Amino acid sequence: MTGDLTGAEIVVQALTDLGVEVVFGYPGGAVLPIYDAIFAQQRIRHILVRHEQAAVHAAEGYARSSGKVGVVLVTSGPGATNAVTGITDALMDSVPLLVLTGQVPTHLIGTDAFQECDTVGITRHCSKHNYLVKDTARLGPVLHEAFYIARSGRPGPVVIDIPKDVQIQRARYEKPVVIGHKTYKPQLKGDRASIEAAVEMIAAAERPIFYTGGGIINSGPVATQLLRDFARLTGAPVTSTLMGLGTMPNEHRQFLGMLGMHGSYEANMAMNRCDLMVCLGARFDDRVTGRLDAFSPNSKKIHVDIDRSSLNKTVRVDLGILGDVGGVLEDMIKIWRARGHKAADLDQWWADIAGWRARDSFGFQQKGPELLPQHAIKRLYELTRDKNPIISTEVGQHQMWAAQHFGFHAPNKWLTSGGLGTMGYGLPAAIGAQLAHPGALVIDIAGEASIQMNIQELGTATQYRLPVKIFIINNEYMGMVRQWQELNHGGRYSESYSDSLPDFVMLAQAYGWKGITIEGPDDLDTGIAAMLAHDGPVVVDCRVTKLANCFPMIPSGAAHTDMILDARDAQGERDEDAKALV
Amino acid sequence: MKHLPSERHTLSIIVDNESGVLARIVGLFSARGYNIDSLTVADVSGDHAISRITIVTNGPPPVIDQIMAQLDRIVPVHRVIDLTDYGPHVEREMALVKVAGKGPERDEALRIADIFRARPVDTTTGSFVFEVSGPTSKVDQFIALMREVGLVEVARTGVVAIARGAEAV
Repeated sequence: MTGDLTGAEIVVQALTDLGVEVVFGYPGGAVLPIYDAIFAQQRIRHILVRHEQAAVHAAEGYARSSGKVGVVLVTSGPGATNAVTGITDALMDSVPLLVLTGQVPTHLIGTDAFQECDTVGITRHCSKHNYLVKDTARLGPVLHEAFYIARSGRPGPVVIDIPKDVQIQRARYEKPVVIGHKTYKPQLKGDRASIEAAVEMIAAAERPIFYTGGGIINSGPVATQLLRDFARLTGAPVTSTLMGLGTMPNEHRQFLGMLGMHGSYEANMAMNRCDLMVCLGARFDDRVTGRLDAFSPNSKKIHVDIDRSSLNKTVRVDLGILGDVGGVLEDMIKIWRARGHKAADLDQWWADIAGWRARDSFGFQQKGPELLPQHAIKRLYELTRDKNPIISTEVGQHQMWAAQHFGFHAPNKWLTSGGLGTMGYGLPAAIGAQLAHPGALVIDIAGEASIQMNIQELGTATQYRLPVKIFIINNEYMGMVRQWQELNHGGRYSESYSDSLPDFVMLAQAYGWKGITIEGPDDLDTGIAAMLAHDGPVVVDCRVTKLANCFPMIPSGAAHTDMILDARDAQGERDEDAKALV
Repeated sequence: MKHLPSERHTLSIIVDNESGVLARIVGLFSARGYNIDSLTVADVSGDHAISRITIVTNGPPPVIDQIMAQLDRIVPVHRVIDLTDYGPHVEREMALVKVAGKGPERDEALRIADIFRARPVDTTTGSFVFEVSGPTSKVDQFIALMREVGLVEVARTGVVAIARGAEAV
């Protein structure tokens, strides 16, 4: 048996061979052998979080800001179940993760042993793939295969459940020569004839629009550049989903801003009136489409996606192209150039768009003593943009205001929970991003309710001296809940008031952070400056006006053309069908 | 697209014969609200490495497309074939049908079984167990007739299916 490694040593060696530098985790009985193997080495850095959910979100923040695979290590039972929200979040937002969970020894599986749960059963539907490894000799190959699956095709979380005896037993470990999976081989190269057809459709369009999403970012930085090149060549307007922000520079004249429920009027109107929609790495989410039978009724639609099940899932398209969006864009550009296409005359189309832009749907006016949340975020953007910050968010009004008013100019700078909408995402994600980018300015734009969902992670940032900033848009309400209650439920604010809030400044200080309060518009800039001047972690409690609503808004189940631009257009009560929608 | 008329489709799914693979397939159908009319699964390889699952489902064509795409992205799934779209294929299922009775009913049960080429595989002086196989409609019909002559219980395999001709799908 000499020369063989224990299962725990195999885990550490395989992670090292895979280039893993950071593991986010929390120890417990069923993973103690792996923690012992971590203790004995220096190559992999373990980051001790305060709650397993935060370990997964931190790994997501690490992965999304760096393009690498995030790695998580948690124990069996509650360790695994606490990780489930984060795993589901990563699945919905296509984040590559490797999640290692401890399990009770194989002979105890199925006996309701202490801290036993059916981890592979529970995570089957919220992971891209999962494994229960019952043989130490399989551990090395499974780790390499899982890593490959997590980052290949449409990325996602892969869970490996490792019983404690498998961690103790010994087996031979060899770094595999061929990395892959015997049957899982996602198609990356788009079909040539389809791409040629797409190029001809784009060249012939009078009112084209590129509708881009997180797939561009997942494809890598080259895809972002290719999108910008192709946008320039075609002269077409570009809109982005929440997940795709940063692929087009915010102030680019061809960029219409985010689309969808809280997107810009011009983006949604252009989606409605276009004659050709080119969907690149987005998935026609319900937040984007609004009412499906009224969604862009007169357009031809092209959809490029790496996941075949995203094609024709909710919206039937005229041309579906299965493949990696970066590669497809590269082919599109080559064909466009080879055929000598020039940007078409889109003057009338741009004139229409200019008319919608003139409505200034993200506009607001800061006046009076109460600070508008939009203004707070706008100033935060203006005062930090030269530092190229990485921004994470929690979920709710502040998230949408950040998407509307914080400008992004590069991919991998915007970390937000889009698909699952997980409150408590932002602080751990910021911690993960700060670890991947030690010198970067990382700010979690938060709400006073969301931040409390993983507030314990203040301690993690303190322990690893991570200078994360938290900018709390504090309106003393679960603002988006309150907004929906105002618009749909007659203003009955059932349980949406954030009562008994902590003193965030004192709370910050208790964890060794600096705490700053911004009371109103007059001390906004000085508060932000004080936050930036401090080289350690800072909580900013930014008190904003309490009853502001996030507009523009397409009410759930409404068409793009039924956008509410202004609070005065909002209804106080909606019918049963509307209330049933989320 | 949910308002289009439903169609019955028979799918063959070639999977790695590994722990949990059936749960992944069945779980996908329940999680996304698809229908399973019948399901069969068995190892079909020489080395116990590959299983073949046959699922009869129904739904409008876009939903069937979506089922195919969703199945196809499950990691241990090698291939998914929609035999209904593929073309000529053979579908068979088997049932074991227990009938009890004496006198004329017993004679009639035997006569009907003979017409259906159902074989008695167990008998007592008061009962038979018939083995009947064929397309679903034939098995249905046989069971319906047996109800009138003392049907006690039924066990069915569900559909297995394979394409006609010399080629593997």
